[in-house]
Amino acid sequence: MIAPLARLLVLALLLAAGPAGATELVLSLSKPRVTITSSFTGDSIVLFGVIEPGADAPTDVTYDVVISARGPNESFVTWRKERRFGLWTNGDSRTFVAAPSYLAVLSNRPPAQIAAPDILRQEQAGFAQNRLLQRLGTDYADVVPGDPFRQAFLRVKQTQGLYLERTDAVEFLAPRVFRAAIPLPGIAPVGRYDVVVKLFANGDMLKRGATTLDVAKVDFEQAVATAAQDHAWLYGIVTALGALMVGFIGNLVFRRD
Amino acid sequence: MTIYLPIAELPVNIFTLLALGIAVGFISGMFGVGGGFLMTPLLIFLGVSPAVAVASVSTHMAASSFSGTLNYLRRKLVDVQLGLVLLSGGLTGTLAGVVVFMVLRRYGQLDLVIAVSYITLLGAIGSLMVIESLRALIRNWRGQAVQVRRPGAHPWFLRMPFKMRFRQSRIYVSIIPVVTIGFAIGFLGALMGIGGGFILVPALIYLLRVPTLTSVATSLLLTLVTMVAAIVMHAVLNQTVDAVLGLVLMIGGTIGAQFGARAGQSMKAENLRLLLGLLVLAVGIRVAVDQIARPADLYAVTINEGAR
Repeated sequence: MIAPLARLLVLALLLAAGPAGATELVLSLSKPRVTITSSFTGDSIVLFGVIEPGADAPTDVTYDVVISARGPNESFVTWRKERRFGLWTNGDSRTFVAAPSYLAVLSNRPPAQIAAPDILRQEQAGFAQNRLLQRLGTDYADVVPGDPFRQAFLRVKQTQGLYLERTDAVEFLAPRVFRAAIPLPGIAPVGRYDVVVKLFANGDMLKRGATTLDVAKVDFEQAVATAAQDHAWLYGIVTALGALMVGFIGNLVFRRD
Repeated sequence: MTIYLPIAELPVNIFTLLALGIAVGFISGMFGVGGGFLMTPLLIFLGVSPAVAVASVSTHMAASSFSGTLNYLRRKLVDVQLGLVLLSGGLTGTLAGVVVFMVLRRYGQLDLVIAVSYITLLGAIGSLMVIESLRALIRNWRGQAVQVRRPGAHPWFLRMPFKMRFRQSRIYVSIIPVVTIGFAIGFLGALMGIGGGFILVPALIYLLRVPTLTSVATSLLLTLVTMVAAIVMHAVLNQTVDAVLGLVLMIGGTIGAQFGARAGQSMKAENLRLLLGLLVLAVGIRVAVDQIARPADLYAVTINEGAR
């Protein structure tokens, strides 16, 4: 965690020495690649950021930062249970196409206090402002935030720890240096995560910065997953033989007669 | 201590899994059932997706049924001939079940059909077993003589053509009902994601009049063959077999099955049937309660597999 910070400070110094152009946002993750090993139970990735004000930056400002981390998109179905013949079964459903499998929205204070609602909406800054496309017949659109299916989807994902909003997670270490921890649960899906940082100054969007975070299986976990994908027949037969072997060994070990 | 499951893609406590394997293995060794009807719901409860749960449980069932089959083979209680005839119907039934599974899924009513099947089947079979074994126990308690099987007392379906003698089971019956039972087990197994042992054992005992221990032993053989086929099928078609999950479950399961098999052998047949009946009935009631009670959250989110 120290090394990226040091690298960042060097970068910041270099930038400070350069010509004062547009405002720059320098970002660094404590770990750009999260590896899933057999003991993986989740991780916390720290994002460091340095604001380099340029000529366009207003002087004497307080900066606000909204960070959105999005996992690989997936298509999800939200079902509403209905009572049929006395049994609760899946009834009506809505399909959310290309919704992030993981979504963390972190900011230094509630987004509503940072900028006007229309700016927040346009920038998708804040948990409530994230667009979730639904398939409605042949059309694709986001519905009103109060839609029960949309609310239920967010609620279920939040309960799983895959969607979260923290309005105090971004911490300013110095007026222009900030830090935020992105919590990844153990069930975090693998793939490339987009981390987007939006810098606001006096209620206006000043600069957008982005970086990526990879969550990947390594070593044994990777080998098993690859084998199951690429050599399905072999994997199946080896697994079946392994099962018989365990049964046989168990039988020998516990044989009494 | 937690362990990350590479295919299920989630961390679970390894001791929870081991305990689950031992408990279900004990039951499967004791009654000669695969234990899928217990294990699959428990894994789903732990957070494993249903597809991965069903596929990985088959590895556990293959291991514990192989271990159990070896025990019974050594005691010469397995009727291999009966097992093979049942299997000929069973594999055809599996294919039919897979087709119906696909059709129901297309209409989005698979969940309902599975729940209703579980409730009806487990409820009916559980009640029948409990009633029958209680009657037998009462007869014993009153000191009445156990009914002797008379040759002429065979029901009509056992007197159909294509008769075959199964020496091990000491029966001489038509193979039509045997193949039909095998077909039904394979069909329900594919549709409900169960090995079918808990249906097969009572079917062999009550319909074909096979001795209890031979029924248990032969059912284990059938479970073994079906589950090995299921592992390879799931691995090739769905890539949902989690070998790590399976390994932990099967280690626990194998240990549990050994003790279960001994507990089963030292027990009177009537008691064994009563216990299995109660267990089957309990699971059936549990499924019914889950379906009838108002869920805590009326909404559920699933990944849209079709869009992948």
